[in-house]
Amino acid sequence: MSSTITGTQVDHNGKQLGRVLVELNHVNKWYGDLHVLKDVSLKVRQGEVVVMLGPSGSGKSTTCRTINRLERIDEGTILIDGQPLPQEGRELQKLRQQVGMVFQSYNLFAHLSILDNVTLAPRKVLKMSKADAEKEALELLDRVGVAAQAHKYPAQLSGGQQQRVAIARALAMHPKVMLFDEPTSALDPEMVGEVLTTMTQLAQEGMTMIVVTHEMGFARHVADRIVFMADGRVLESESPEEFFTHPRTERAREFQSKILGH
Amino acid sequence: MPGMFHGFLASLSSYFSTFADLLTRYNVLGAFWMNIQLTLWAALGSLVLGIVLTLMRISPVSSLVRVGDGIVMFFKNMPLAIVMVFLLLGCFIQLQVQLPASFNTNFYWLAITGLSLYTAPFVSESLMSGINTVPMGQAEAARSLGFGFFQSAFLIILPQAIRGAIAPLGNTLIALLKNSTVAAAAGVAAETSSLMNTMIQYNASAITQIFLLFAVGYVILIIPIGLATTYLSNKLAVRR
Repeated sequence: MSSTITGTQVDHNGKQLGRVLVELNHVNKWYGDLHVLKDVSLKVRQGEVVVMLGPSGSGKSTTCRTINRLERIDEGTILIDGQPLPQEGRELQKLRQQVGMVFQSYNLFAHLSILDNVTLAPRKVLKMSKADAEKEALELLDRVGVAAQAHKYPAQLSGGQQQRVAIARALAMHPKVMLFDEPTSALDPEMVGEVLTTMTQLAQEGMTMIVVTHEMGFARHVADRIVFMADGRVLESESPEEFFTHPRTERAREFQSKILGH
Repeated sequence: MPGMFHGFLASLSSYFSTFADLLTRYNVLGAFWMNIQLTLWAALGSLVLGIVLTLMRISPVSSLVRVGDGIVMFFKNMPLAIVMVFLLLGCFIQLQVQLPASFNTNFYWLAITGLSLYTAPFVSESLMSGINTVPMGQAEAARSLGFGFFQSAFLIILPQAIRGAIAPLGNTLIALLKNSTVAAAAGVAAETSSLMNTMIQYNASAITQIFLLFAVGYVILIIPIGLATTYLSNKLAVRR
């Protein structure tokens, strides 16, 4: 891929990709002596769906979390839409608003209703009026199929419903990029599908997404690109066909034989 | 036999009539009202101070964390009577610190200040125990949506922490109400323990009645607080 920031590009399935929205350059991170991210570089273009695969402890979740600075980095740079990620304070808050995040454990605000979960940030951070925020929240909840639960509390919903609310809550901030950190790993098997369907819909609508997951079906069919990590390093960055049919590294072959062999 | 029984009844009735007599001669209800007022103001003061200390202790600034921890440790280990006497003799008499009040109400606000300073660390410790019930993910979700530190604290973390800390906060309030009797040490004369001393001095034959009067008074005040905190901590508990 070319590295120009503004140029458009066409990916392997003919999708028009826009400017580079997320850019990691030579990112290094240590936990004490443990070198968890080793020279990680990654570019994600507007409209692109990047799925990060790899064994546990490979640094894919950590990489995902550095992008909105839930994890700090020790070396390297991260740019969001061309702007360097600030260290602290208001500038960081501004940038975080542009990056939506969906967590493994949903993390809905337990003391607030579903509707308030979705409206709180637009009202308090974007200073939207209550009426406007609620109108939009109900549309979003309808889109992810949980509008009927708007006045319930998170604990009253199933895991799959909670995760779809979490997606709606992140979308309410109109992010440029959505990060998904193992969004289906905590779900009962029969609820995985409903969350993946919502994510696939989002991908088809052109959302830029970075998804850490173990769902190989999603990776194969929805991703524009697979980023394979192991031991804190990016080993492959390929189209799904290329990655699944001709993995270039021994580590990726081993990974695939372990998960696809069953 | 009937005479003995009659005599017993007579002494019983005189025992109880002493209560009525004491209640008419001394403003016992007024003294309790004084302690309630001290408690309410100090509850407010210590809640505000306790929240400020807690915010310092959970802030991302490590020097603020240390200062917050230090203040909590200092005042938590300080006996209340010493705080009160220091405020009265040290601040008022030696350093001439005058609170914006008349001479009489000065002692009143001095006592409230002392009670607030003494109680704030316990409020902060209660809140910290409540914060421990809030999963880390709540703060991460708040940050990822663009909330700043104060917005995260006041919209997400503290509302859940307070609801998880109702029981220890209730216990702190009960301790505060009882501690308000130490206000005598800061020169508040119209409160219950001072009045009890005065009453005993002039009615040495009625010590048990005087004691019961105040003991029962406090029990009546405190039982509802205990019941309310148990009820509220169940009702307000955050379901996860």
